[in-house]
Amino acid sequence: MVGLINTLIIIPLVGTIALYIGRPKNPRAVALLFNALAAFFAFMLWQKFDTYAVGLQAVERHAWIPAIGAEYLVGLDGLSLLLVLLTTIIIPFAFLAQPLERGACALMLVMQAALYGTFVAQNFVLWFLFYEMSLIPAFLLIKIWGGAKRDRAAIKFFLYTFLGSVAMLLAFLGIFFAKGTFDFAELAASGKAGLLTGNLAWLAFWGIFLGLAVKVPLFPFHTWLPDAYEAAPTGVAMVLTGVLSKMGVYGFVRLLLPLFPNEIKIVGPWLLGLAVCSIVFAPLAAWAQRDLKRMVAYLSINHLGYCMLGLFAIASGSTSSSIDAHAALSGVFMQIFNHGITAAMLFYFVGIIEQRRGSRGIDDFGGLMQRTPLLCGWMSVAMFSSLGLPGLNGFIGEFLIFKGSFAIAASFTAVSVLGLLVTAIVFMRAMQALFSGPLSASCSTFPDLLRSEKLVIIPVTLLMFGLGIAPQFIFNIFNATIVQMARLFS
Amino acid sequence: MNTWIATNIWLIPAVPLVMSLMILSLPNSARGLGAWFAIIGQILALAMSIFAFGSTLQAPGSATIQNFTWFTFGDSALRLGWILDPLAAAMLVMILLVGLCIFVFSVGYMTDDKNFKRFFGYLSFFSAAMLGVVIANSLLLLFICWELVGFASYLLIGFWIERPSAAAAAKKAFITTRIGDLGLFLGMLWLYHQSGTLLFYDDGKGCLEGGLALLGANTTFIALLIFFGAVGKSGQFPLHVWLPDAMEGPTPVSALIHAATMVAAGVFLVARVYPIFLVGAINGVTTSLTVVVWIGVITGLMAALIAIAQSDIKRILAYSTVSQLGLMMVSLGVGGVGAGIMHLLAHGFFKALLFLGAGSVIHGSHHEQDIRKMGGLRRVMPVTFLTYAVGMMALSGVPLIFSGAWTKEEVLHSAAHWPASRVPYFLLLAGVVLTALYMTRQVIYVFFGNRRQASEHARESSSVMTIPLIVLAICTVAFSIVLTPAWPWLHNYLTRESAHFDMAQLIQPMLILSFLLVAAGIGLGVAIYRRIALPDSHQLVDLDPIAKAQPALFGFLENKMWIDELYDRTVIALAKRAARVSDWMDRYFWDGLVRGFADLGQLFGFVMNSVDERGINAGVDETTAGTRGLGRLMSLAHSGQIQTYLGVIAIGMLALLLLYAWLA
Repeated sequence: MVGLINTLIIIPLVGTIALYIGRPKNPRAVALLFNALAAFFAFMLWQKFDTYAVGLQAVERHAWIPAIGAEYLVGLDGLSLLLVLLTTIIIPFAFLAQPLERGACALMLVMQAALYGTFVAQNFVLWFLFYEMSLIPAFLLIKIWGGAKRDRAAIKFFLYTFLGSVAMLLAFLGIFFAKGTFDFAELAASGKAGLLTGNLAWLAFWGIFLGLAVKVPLFPFHTWLPDAYEAAPTGVAMVLTGVLSKMGVYGFVRLLLPLFPNEIKIVGPWLLGLAVCSIVFAPLAAWAQRDLKRMVAYLSINHLGYCMLGLFAIASGSTSSSIDAHAALSGVFMQIFNHGITAAMLFYFVGIIEQRRGSRGIDDFGGLMQRTPLLCGWMSVAMFSSLGLPGLNGFIGEFLIFKGSFAIAASFTAVSVLGLLVTAIVFMRAMQALFSGPLSASCSTFPDLLRSEKLVIIPVTLLMFGLGIAPQFIFNIFNATIVQMARLFS
Repeated sequence: MNTWIATNIWLIPAVPLVMSLMILSLPNSARGLGAWFAIIGQILALAMSIFAFGSTLQAPGSATIQNFTWFTFGDSALRLGWILDPLAAAMLVMILLVGLCIFVFSVGYMTDDKNFKRFFGYLSFFSAAMLGVVIANSLLLLFICWELVGFASYLLIGFWIERPSAAAAAKKAFITTRIGDLGLFLGMLWLYHQSGTLLFYDDGKGCLEGGLALLGANTTFIALLIFFGAVGKSGQFPLHVWLPDAMEGPTPVSALIHAATMVAAGVFLVARVYPIFLVGAINGVTTSLTVVVWIGVITGLMAALIAIAQSDIKRILAYSTVSQLGLMMVSLGVGGVGAGIMHLLAHGFFKALLFLGAGSVIHGSHHEQDIRKMGGLRRVMPVTFLTYAVGMMALSGVPLIFSGAWTKEEVLHSAAHWPASRVPYFLLLAGVVLTALYMTRQVIYVFFGNRRQASEHARESSSVMTIPLIVLAICTVAFSIVLTPAWPWLHNYLTRESAHFDMAQLIQPMLILSFLLVAAGIGLGVAIYRRIALPDSHQLVDLDPIAKAQPALFGFLENKMWIDELYDRTVIALAKRAARVSDWMDRYFWDGLVRGFADLGQLFGFVMNSVDERGINAGVDETTAGTRGLGRLMSLAHSGQIQTYLGVIAIGMLALLLLYAWLA
């Protein structure tokens, strides 16, 4: 197992260099090749991962800059592995969503390496390095290859997220000066007793909170998201929602919750309120959108809101029994994985109908079911998965989150149920506008799904069904991690 | 009763599910094969369910339960399970028998449809999900199947998706029932939280057994939330609005889903979790059950009134379904669980019969659904007419050989003995009259009198459609054998007691009263609509006699008591407003704050720039300029001409000498 993680991070970077030097005619194929290689190693990691073991596995530790406590420290627990697998699935999926130029392929690979790094790094300096490293390719991809309004959206995205990162960095510097370490595990160990005292604790807490809340994003720090997703090329939007947004959730689980359990308990109701706002207002805003991509973007905020609800509920509940904490945490992890896949799928579909029509306004279509039944059928699967139909992947995560958070924060959970309703309304309206009625003249020459599209859609959809019907294989990845984490909150 | 089928009960929904997947993966051209797969699936499942039913007879009063772990999260397991008890077994047989008839009927009804194969795929999927609801031994599993049933209903209502009205109706159905489902979802979470399990029966630890004691003071809320789910699915007031619109689907769909099976799922759910409603009952009355009764009464009466003023043959039946479901709810609420389920089963047969009959009429009348444009069909469609008449009499409650009469009688009987109040009983009696009235009206319009526009070229449907009608009519009649008070076999089977034959039970004052009311209703209908029924009358049928006498009242009922409009202007308008406000807040307020922050940054930059330019930089610039000016001045001195230098030196020397001389 030694070296597997390093290999995983290095492969996409090698791919970037290969693209740069080799100047291949079909850069996307080369990138996909490196993706396949990375997938192989990610699979090896999964195979060798001991699902019963507690704590980090495949740890590698090298001194780096001892003076500032920076180490090269990587390792895997269940959550990290889950996200590594998610990255491994989403990136090639995004590559397949549209043809990309050489430069874009290279940037996507850099982003992939950065994402792997973020999810395995166990030392703040290293983690932060990867965390920021993912931001720059995302910025450039939107700025150079994005749609209309790309300049503004890219700058807004970059500055907003970067501002959050700066706040987080300052907070961590504060922690470092007080504690003398950047090691996640060591910091978490002293979290319960109070990492810092007085105002410094609150400053550090809010600094980290701000950084992560922008990244997720949590209401009301979300306004960069619809613009950025709208402007981003399809594949980039898929990675943004599929994986990049999970960095924020991951940060909450890995950093804020273990490091500041006492602070979170105090402000818990307020944070829960923000999560509920994400859950209720985002789909309402999605309802008002005319642009399909913006609509899906807003629904992403809603789905991540469920993650936040689960996390804040267990973090703020003091008397929660272990089953509730387990339910909420596993729900959040399932939701991370499921939302990654489903949201990417939705963006993929918006992308392919946009390619056919040349626009993506909700009123630009009509009667597609008559012309392209397969496209409509498979797209409906993704939509129903997103609105939480049982049997598809969305339901289990949401059920467990609600189960866990109901026990701890019943009233917040009860209000959140409205989000489920509004999401359904949004998708119902979209399906009605797109699929039903007489065939719109502008869509009368649409081809149905192409073979190349089917080859992408069918495996991913099967995965969605698999996760919805027999999800045990995913739970096995993180069950031990959950039991360990839940002890932090009980 | 540990027979093979009882322990493998999951096979019953599995068969239609597999068939559905096979049908959907067939090529579009395999039309006949698709229908065959679906029908064979129904037959296999029906055979198995009859065996299962038989196995419940061997050991009355017991249930076979199979629990299993779905997945483990953390160190807890989420368990689901299957159950076979009398309630489930009776439902299985009814659903599959009705389903089989409707599947066969659909072969004829949908024969011209280009998506024939897909239709059978959806129907099979629905059947699987519905069977899953019935045999679920876990509220979660029931909820999962419940949602899938709703999903299938959505697909089938919107089957003719190119019609905007069908798509709108499908959307309305899904969203309205989802409102109810969210209540059920919350009730389920609450139940799970309190009792620690969602299994109904689990060796004494299930949430309907030992778990009941853990519910505490929240039981009423849990029960009401669960009931809210039933309200949505079973079209009870105030969530009934989707069901009449659901008639946009093909008629076999209306028969199977929106009359016989799915809409009854709400009633079934209440019956299934009845122990939760009963917790803390005094004399069989609890707050939650009282709510059930009153919702049922309101729904039953309201829908029966609206049905009188409708002119679409299917809508009349739809409101009749809503009304009958209300009746079943009342029955459950007043404690007559057996009676309610019996009525559900009997209603399944005769309402499916009525809908298929309506389908046959519509098919014969070139897809016209307005009863005012039909008429005189009894001679051209004799089989349809006779079977329809059987259904109509069962629904109205004509005694002796029609099942609906006996089950309705049981319901009334339960209501009459409700300790809390007698009012529901009297209101139900009014409902009995109304039911007989609107059915008489419909039958007169459709089958008697002159043949009007739509029925001029009508002819009897093919035997693939009439045979299911005959089978259902026979079921409707034959079913009454096990229902009569003289030998209440089914009732006792459901309530797990043994039945005795007692002819004396047939003669009761209450029984006679309600039969008189049925006669009154039919008589009233005949009296009012007699002139339409006359063969050579040139009566204008566009104006209903009631509309002529009471235009305001009729208009109120015809427009469905304006409830849809009311919702449009209140709840829906509010929700849309909320969406727009959220969007506005996002664009202008929250993003405005962000932009304001950015502007603040820019302002800061501008100020800094000014300070830099005019303050610091200006100072530097001035110094530079001063130095430069000085330099320029100095440079004037450095002209490079020796004679100037010498001259200046000479002047300087002179000046120094003068100074020296003056000082000395």
